[in-house]
Amino acid sequence: MTIQTSDKPVVEKKSLRDAYGATLAELGASHPAVVVLDADLSGSTRTATFAKKYPDRFFNMGVAEANMIGVAAGMAVSGKIPFASTFAVFATGRAWEQIRQSVCLGNVNVKVVASHGGITVGEDGPSHQAMEDIALMRALPHMGVIVPADAAETASAVRFAADHVGPLYIRLARDKFPVVHREATPFRLGKGEVLRNGPDVALVGCGLMTSTIIEAADRLADEGIMATVVNMATIKPIDEELLITLATTCGAIVTAEEHSIIGGLGSAVAEVIGENIPVPVIKVGMKSEFGKSGPPEALLDYFGLNAAAVIEAAKKALALKNG
Amino acid sequence: MKALERTDDVAALSAIARDLRIDILTMLNASGSGHSGGSLSAIDILTALYFSRMDHSPLYPRGKDRDRFVLSKGHAAPALYAALARAGYFDRSHLLSLRKLNAMLSGHPFAPSTPGVEISTGSLGQGLSLAVGMALAGRLDGWKKSVFAMTGDGELQEGQVWEAAMAAAHYKLDNLVAFVDHNGLQIDGAVAEVMGVDPVDEKFAAFGWATRTVNGHDMAEILDAIDWGVAQKGKPSVIVAMTVKGKGVSFMEGKASWHGTAPSDEQLAAAIAELTLA
Ligand SMILES: Cc1ncc(C[n+]2csc(CCOP(=O)(O)OP(=O)(O)O)c2C)c(N)n1
Ligand SMILES: [Mg+2]
Repeated sequence: MTIQTSDKPVVEKKSLRDAYGATLAELGASHPAVVVLDADLSGSTRTATFAKKYPDRFFNMGVAEANMIGVAAGMAVSGKIPFASTFAVFATGRAWEQIRQSVCLGNVNVKVVASHGGITVGEDGPSHQAMEDIALMRALPHMGVIVPADAAETASAVRFAADHVGPLYIRLARDKFPVVHREATPFRLGKGEVLRNGPDVALVGCGLMTSTIIEAADRLADEGIMATVVNMATIKPIDEELLITLATTCGAIVTAEEHSIIGGLGSAVAEVIGENIPVPVIKVGMKSEFGKSGPPEALLDYFGLNAAAVIEAAKKALALKNG
Repeated sequence: MKALERTDDVAALSAIARDLRIDILTMLNASGSGHSGGSLSAIDILTALYFSRMDHSPLYPRGKDRDRFVLSKGHAAPALYAALARAGYFDRSHLLSLRKLNAMLSGHPFAPSTPGVEISTGSLGQGLSLAVGMALAGRLDGWKKSVFAMTGDGELQEGQVWEAAMAAAHYKLDNLVAFVDHNGLQIDGAVAEVMGVDPVDEKFAAFGWATRTVNGHDMAEILDAIDWGVAQKGKPSVIVAMTVKGKGVSFMEGKASWHGTAPSDEQLAAAIAELTLA
């Protein structure tokens, strides 16, 4: 395996939801069938950017998420490509059964794109911090689940979603994320992205935690531990082939997600590894607990969603591997 | 686009409804489970829609320019299947494999497997939202056609129905015509005792809908109400259909116990005898 030395961790940050709004507005021109629905959060989700350009194809459904999903499904079976947006808690929680019955059961072409995933919602506190949304969406047949690592990947994922036929959940965030991709490359559903190769341990992240595992890999390298770094933006369908390769070449895996360790990326990885090529899989993420109010950075540290936690997990995984 | 069999004749439509009642009970008997009462209360309206008023064709089940129907009370699937089979969407022989493994006809309407089923339903409270979405899409694309939907009366207890009602009026969806199958019963008993929903028409009116109440078993009244609903301008319309759960089979009529029960061989024979005589 070749070991590449990467640039210093990037600190430039960009907003995923800004990228979402801007990309929707582009799609408005290229895709006349695209329609956008929101539940009174269009400013926050940035669907307002689309609404301004295409008012006739934007539908504010009011604070009524269940109905919004049903309306989106009705539009989809009538030939439209609906993007339905609100905060992740409400999109996937309040309207879960509507997504199950009206969208996934019939494999209906609705895109649920939620902002405000994860703990970095910050000061609004646990009522607004979705830590279970990936698990909720991943459990649904036909649903694809995408958690972009940065703004550029958000733009490509949203463009991809408009052309992909079938239900998709795209999880975005309130906070700006460090730039991982200098430029947007076409999104490949179900394909993990190897950012760096190293023989000792594989770090697999999604969303905000992709930049965190890059930072952790740099610090591990300072200690002589060379990590493979993977951005796993598609949680479902998960890239089984890549995961099995990682288990073979590294023999130990750490997952990192801004989500509960129950049912998210870590679970998806452990499911594949356990059934194919058992090696240690240590999950960094939220334990089964609710968040708190506070500044995003402080919350990430408080709940162990940082590079230090990834480094500790990597060492634990290595110890088990060499056990 | 026309259904293969279409008539405005009330007697002919009533005869079709009678045949469809027999089909419903026959398929339920064959499956050994399913929803008798709410299928029988709904069938006269479905007959009026599929064999007189709706512009649709089994030759173009996905044709753009067609009227659409959403069965929000999905458990009345046997009524929808009987109508679709008679209209030519699939062979009648499928009726006898209702609810069987890998059969075309699922326990509740499942669009991917059944021609003519517009969208999958079964979880109550969601169909009116689906119809709102279709009506909005239709307006964007300039369809001339209508979207019809049917809910139960117990189903009105679901909050989402009222979210959809609000949205339909907000967006002035005059291409949407909803029916409430107001048979007064749900699973645990009388709607009025479980969780009262009356006055249904006034509730919809307060949400901004045009409302009309009809006898849901009087074919002439149903036809007239559909024409009224389609003609509305600037607001959605709801037809509150006063119905009898289990209508047409004396031992089923008005009995909540027949909500989710299929007739035995003897009961089927008795029911067919009664329907044939009437
Ligand atoms: C969300 C949901 N909750 C519960 C049920 C189970 N269920 C099936 S039918 C029914 C009663 C429906 O009563 P009503 O709407 O009056 O239907 P009808 O009398 O026309 O059969 C219930 C509770 C369901 N299908 N969906
Ligand atoms: Mg009822």
